[in-house]
Order: sequence, then C-alpha cells, then structure tokens
Amino acid sequence: MNKINSIRKDWSLIETLIAEDRKILDIGCGDGGLMEQLENNRNAITHGIELNRDLAANAIARGFNVVHGNAELDLSQYSNNSFDYVILSQTLQAMMKPKDILSELLRIGSKAIVSFPNFGHWKIRLQLLMSGKMPVTESLPYTWYDTPNIHFFTIKDFLNLCNEMNIVIEKSIGLTSKGKQFDISESVTGVNFFTHEAIFLLSYKNFEPIKIKSSKKVFAKNSVIAN
Amino acid sequence: MKTKFTTDTKLESEIAYFENINLKLESGDTIDSFKLAFKTYGKLNTDKTNAILVCHALTGDQYVAGNNPITGREGWWSRMVGPNKPIDTNKFFVICSNVLGGCAGSTGPKELQNGSDVAYGGNFPSVTIKDMVKAQSLLIEGLNIEKLFSVIGGSMGAMQALQWAIDFPDKILNIIHIAGALKHSAQNIAFHEVGRQAIMSDPIWRNGKYFENNEVPERGLSVARMIAHITYLSENAMHRKFGRKLQSRDIISFGFDADFQVESYLRYQGKSFVERFDANSYLYLTRAMDYFDHDETFRKNIEFSHNPNNHLKYLIVSFTSDWLFPTIESKIIVNQLNSLSREVSFLEIDTDKGHDSFLLEEPQLDDVIKGFLTKNFAKIDE
Repeated sequence: MNKINSIRKDWSLIETLIAEDRKILDIGCGDGGLMEQLENNRNAITHGIELNRDLAANAIARGFNVVHGNAELDLSQYSNNSFDYVILSQTLQAMMKPKDILSELLRIGSKAIVSFPNFGHWKIRLQLLMSGKMPVTESLPYTWYDTPNIHFFTIKDFLNLCNEMNIVIEKSIGLTSKGKQFDISESVTGVNFFTHEAIFLLSYKNFEPIKIKSSKKVFAKNSVIAN
Repeated sequence: MKTKFTTDTKLESEIAYFENINLKLESGDTIDSFKLAFKTYGKLNTDKTNAILVCHALTGDQYVAGNNPITGREGWWSRMVGPNKPIDTNKFFVICSNVLGGCAGSTGPKELQNGSDVAYGGNFPSVTIKDMVKAQSLLIEGLNIEKLFSVIGGSMGAMQALQWAIDFPDKILNIIHIAGALKHSAQNIAFHEVGRQAIMSDPIWRNGKYFENNEVPERGLSVARMIAHITYLSENAMHRKFGRKLQSRDIISFGFDADFQVESYLRYQGKSFVERFDANSYLYLTRAMDYFDHDETFRKNIEFSHNPNNHLKYLIVSFTSDWLFPTIESKIIVNQLNSLSREVSFLEIDTDKGHDSFLLEEPQLDDVIKGFLTKNFAKIDE
C-alpha cells in the first residue's frame, strides 16, 4: 500500500463516519482533497487549516475555506462546539503536545475523528526486536533523525489516554497492512498486534452542556463531565 | 435619489454627480453635493450578479487597468485586472472609483467648492474610510447594482473592503482583503505625520492655499513620498535592487549629490509623484488612514450587526516582508472571524517585496484571487 492509496483509503473510511450536512474542520487539510470529497459526498460545510504555505495556497485557489496556520498555535481561535466534526488525519504523532491537541479537537468539535499509524504493529515490533534499530516502515518511512513523527504510540497507548481524558470511543476502524478492515472494539485479542492503521470517532463522556443564558446569546460550555 | 452621469473626455473617466444629497460625514460635517470619478471594465450581466468593486490604495486612482491618461502609463493593477487576468473582465464587471478626497476627478481639496470658483484646499472637511465607502455605496446604488459580488483592495483599499463588510454586508457577497489591518498602527501614523510635516513645512504650501498662485509645494510633497516609499519596500528588497551601488559614477563624491542608486531612485519617485498627486489630497487621505480603527469594535460589529453578515466570505492575504501591515495584523482579523465561525481563508505569501507586493508579480496572489473569485462565483451561478 503506497502513501497516496493509504491516504485515500483513510479518507473513504473517515467519510463513512460522517453524517450528511455537517460542519467540519479538517486539520492539516493539505490542498483540500478530503474537504472536496466531504463537500461532494456528504454535502458538508468545510473549513481547513494547513501549515504548508503552498498546499494552503492551492486549497484556497481551489476555492476552499482554508487558513494558513499552525494547528498547535492557532486552534484556540475557534469557539467551543463550533464544528460537528474536527478531523486530524495521520498527524497526531507529529504534534508537539498530542494530549493538548486531543482536548482542543473535542473543545472545538462535538466529535473528533483521529487516524494514526499503530506503532504496536507486529512488523514494527519485529524490526526493533531483530535489528535493534528504530523501525522504518511504509507508513512510518522516516529515519529517526529526520522524522516529523515525534510521538510514537500504539493503539493501547491511545485507548489508555482516551480513558484518562474521559473520551468515549464511538467507533473505531482498524486496517491490517493488507488493507483488511475490522472493528477494533469487537476484536479482543491481537488488535494492537495486527492493526496497521487506526481511525477513531471520539466524543466526550456523558457530555452535558451547561447553558448560560444572557440577554443576547446562549453560550454552551463543556466544562463539566458528569460520571 | 437620481444620480447624474457624464463622461469627462480629458480624464477619460465617467463622473457620477450626487446633488443636494447632504452627505453626512463621520466628522459631523456635511457635503451638499459631490462627484465621483470612476472607470468600469467588462460588462454587467443581465442578473447584475458579476459586479466587483476594486478599491485603490493611498495614491491610487480609478485607472485600475488600461491606460492612465494622467501618467500616460498602464493602470495601477493592470497585471491583476483585465481580460483573462485573475480578476477577469471577460467574466466580471469591474468598477473602480477615485475615493472621496482624492485628486483624480472626485470631490476633494483640489476641486472647486460648490457654487464657487475657488478650490476647497484646507476648507475641505475631514473624510474617513467610512465616508469614502458611503460615497462608493451611493455610486453602486446609482449604477442600479443591488449587490456587489466582491469588494477587493490592498492597503487603504483593504481598509475600504473591511469597512464595506462592516457597513454594508447586505450589499456584498465577499471581500478580498490584502495587506491591511483592523487599525492604522502608531508606527504607521508616525510615518504619515512625518510626511505631512514635510508638506506643511514647505513655504509654498501656505496653509493649503498654494493653488491660488498656481504653485505646488513640490519639495514637501516629494519628501513625503520618499519617506512613504521606503515603508512600502523591505530591507532585503532594497538590498537586492540597489545594494550600495553608485549612480552614474565610479567613486563617491564626498558631497550630497545622489551618489547611491537608492538615493537617485527615491528622488525620482518623489519627483514623479509631484506631477500626478495633489499635496492637500495627500494630507487628507493619510489622515483618513490614521483615523481607521476597528481594533476594539470589529468583532462586536460583525457578531451583533443588525445587518445580516453570516453569508460573507473573506479572503485575507498578507506578505512576510510587509512591515507596514505585518501578518500579525491580518491574523487578528482571521482569528476574530474564525472565533465567530465565519467563512474565512487566509494566506501569508512568502516574498521580500514588502508592503508593495500586492501590486507586483506574486503568482500565489494571482492564484488565490482567481480561485477564490471563480469558485465562489460558480456557487452563486448554480
């Protein structure tokens, strides 16, 4: 599975998680490929944010609402719950503070979609075990000294973090390296071993917005998580 | 209101007259009657959905494309506006008017006061960006155009575009805001003040009445232009263009001639500016920019406007080397719009050409303007 195919596969799976007519923020939207797909197939209203200047310019030139900026610095400008879905595709492992980003996703969006390569895949484990060197694979094709991927984690790590942050996993899709698709939550044994890439649909646990009424507007705040 | 239109053959411009209209200005003054000189390019379609207003910068005029009869050169944005250009006049009807207070045919300090044969000079009332936009809205109304597809401008033109979004959101669909800001910064006011002082300390200026003797405060105005011109460039661009190269000589003169190319260039810029621009107009328009300030009010104006503005789309562009209207100023606008969930696109273009980049060869600027207009126009055309 080469890089482009892997992204396309990722996108089509993300699409299956998204309902019609929703408002979507795509973080690291590139030249707007996924936004285009979701506008066409899901009638979505899309916004994007992209760090790379040329990709951002391409996306704008193709007519998408895209802000050239850095997700780690610029997400604070979006209001609470201003999107139905916030998407972070194949980028969490490249973030300086993945935990902060994760909580930002669920502040801005009612739901978040996160996809990432699983560092617990058997090929990676085997490489490290056998060669004693940092693994280089198709989905993580960089050497350790020039990789943009600075936070490696496995599905197990991710599930633990979600649990710690009171994040609910609404849906989860796993892909084997052969492209075989399965439901992570229903496959109990060996998931962390065989999942090559994972896609999660996330929301907050027992989310109940407190509504503060003022004369002009109703503000929703997601500060309380009832257990 | 009935607007009268004529064509001025010498200016090669259309003139719109607004008589007994008592235009109330932000300062509290009123102008009974005024005129705006404007040019149009392309054709208005039958549904009148393809009109674009281009707003000029401080020293611009209505000659956005084609020939400028005042300078004998090409229009100031002819690389952007025209058939098959990014703002395509095969597709769009482009309007560009000289601002209120300008000196290319619109009512301003250079023009005669109503019902007299004396020019306004220093008696012209103070005008603001808001006043300019109000006058433009009357022109658009006079042209029987209900809704502009887009308002586009750089620098002072960006200020006008933003003002349109605040004051007349119901009359526009999108704005393209290039190298602008919510406010004119202290540093920018400071540079303008130096320019104005240069003009006003020229003995020929005589409280703005230089025209009575058919004179022009050339020295003051050219110095003002030289200062301003430095702020439109960047250190890197100046170094690339001139370095320390000498002008028409092999060794330095140990005197105060224009030894360096950069000096000679600035002197030329000053001299040619004097031939086309009115000194009083320069005072009034720089002041209008200084007074521009939506720093505290923009977000509230957009959020709580009685005029629906949810439909507006924004394209905001800045340049890395623009130190007059730096990227951070554009990002403030973008952040505020995003916090209100508005449809905004933003790009910072990497260039060393400084504030003037929007007038120069910047392929990425062409691409985003063309794409933004084309895609959004296709949406309303569906």
